[in-house]
Amino acid sequence: MSQLRIEHISKWFGRQHVLHDISFTFQPGQVNMIIGPSGCGKTVLLKCIVGLITPEEGKVYFGDINFLDLSPEEKRNILRNLGMLFQSSALFDSMTVGENVAFPLRVFTQQSEAEIQDRVAYCLERVGLAGTQEKYPAQLSGGMKRRVGLARAIALNPQYLFCDEPNSGLDPLTARRIDELIQELTEEFHTTTVVVTHDLKSVMDMGQRILFLYEGRAEWQGSKEDMLREIAALPSNLQAFLKASGLVRA
Amino acid sequence: MLMNLILKGFESFGEYLLLLRRSFTGLLRFRLYWELWTFESIKIGRDSLFLVTIISLFTGAVTTVQTAYQIVSPFIPKSTIGAIVSTSAILELAPTITSLVLAGRVGSNIASQIGSMRVSEQIDALEVMGINSATYLILPRLFGAIIFFPVLVIYSCFIIHVGGILAGMISGAVNPTQFVIGIRSFYEDFQIIFMLIKAFTFGFIISTVSAYQGYYVRGGALEVGNASTRAVVISSLMILVADYVLAQLLL
Repeated sequence: MSQLRIEHISKWFGRQHVLHDISFTFQPGQVNMIIGPSGCGKTVLLKCIVGLITPEEGKVYFGDINFLDLSPEEKRNILRNLGMLFQSSALFDSMTVGENVAFPLRVFTQQSEAEIQDRVAYCLERVGLAGTQEKYPAQLSGGMKRRVGLARAIALNPQYLFCDEPNSGLDPLTARRIDELIQELTEEFHTTTVVVTHDLKSVMDMGQRILFLYEGRAEWQGSKEDMLREIAALPSNLQAFLKASGLVRA
Repeated sequence: MLMNLILKGFESFGEYLLLLRRSFTGLLRFRLYWELWTFESIKIGRDSLFLVTIISLFTGAVTTVQTAYQIVSPFIPKSTIGAIVSTSAILELAPTITSLVLAGRVGSNIASQIGSMRVSEQIDALEVMGINSATYLILPRLFGAIIFFPVLVIYSCFIIHVGGILAGMISGAVNPTQFVIGIRSFYEDFQIIFMLIKAFTFGFIISTVSAYQGYYVRGGALEVGNASTRAVVISSLMILVADYVLAQLLL
């Protein structure tokens, strides 16, 4: 069921048309990136996919199942197969790091406390934070919080991994480490990974399939290789976006 | 302008009812709610005890002194002071004053906690995990409030009587024996039932109104503060309205 496909997604906020008829297929086992300038609708699209926002039109297929046709209970069953890393990390600040990572395990599995603790230790070690179980989110740096967010996202072995601006506000070294982790976890768990970002360095480092949004429209989609092969043939907005990053020649 | 306000009021009330309905669906395993309920009950119950004690003690004392001041006729027995203070405590002071005070303490706490979780995407994180955030966040607080508000109100009622007896002794207005005779002469079992119905209703109002205000916060820290203030104001108003409606219906 790990293929993810969106068809003709449109979203309005009042009279503002924020997403225009967007279709895309996210490939399993790959890092799929939704890129574009700030305010172009990337996060709104991501929230439409995971059900936090309901689009006015369109379909979101997890495998062959249209997520938007499901009852709330059926949706929750699908959601248990996905992990999400939020821009703000969204760690539960009343819980320790260990409790945060253990939370989905306690809610959705019948594992014993010892098994849960083993899994928590493995997930934290996987993101380079072994031994931090007893700390509270307030005691962590921004980069550490993101890594705990990732550890929580992979606790249940998800089929889908969603990351909203995973390295925004982080120093370049930490940002690259987060990118590497996302890439490694995608390969290890063979997840369908969707990353929303405006950081072209991330796109160059880990992007495989790319969807470029501009003012709520899907202006271009394809592989990273396609994008870099013939820059002059790309839509002018994507060309300008690439050139502004300084990573490709003007 | 007025029409818009009325429509907005109806819209909010509808949203509040829908949230309440949603908070009873999609229940997960009992242990999860038990832990949260225990945590919330401690916060609502134990952490409010000191405030309730102080307020109830002084409410009882002031009511006794003021009642004594108003009774000037030598033909009215001193025990009447105990009767008036006791009846007022059971019917009005313990449930209403305690609940109004707790609307400030417990209500603002619930609204700001849930509101902070909303603006820091913690509620979104729950939803994406497949957890009904309304059930997870509201149900334990609601049950904490409707179980522990009556307990706090019974305690408050007791302390008001203690305050009354102490003030009567200190001021010389009425001695403890006369005070207790007054309490017993006008006591009816239904008054206690009425007090508990009020406490249960006010607990329900405070927890759900505050949770609603916090749950639908949009924006940042400023809006969380505003939601917290709104939770206290609206809960207090609804307590006063419910107080009148219950008195009219049940007495």
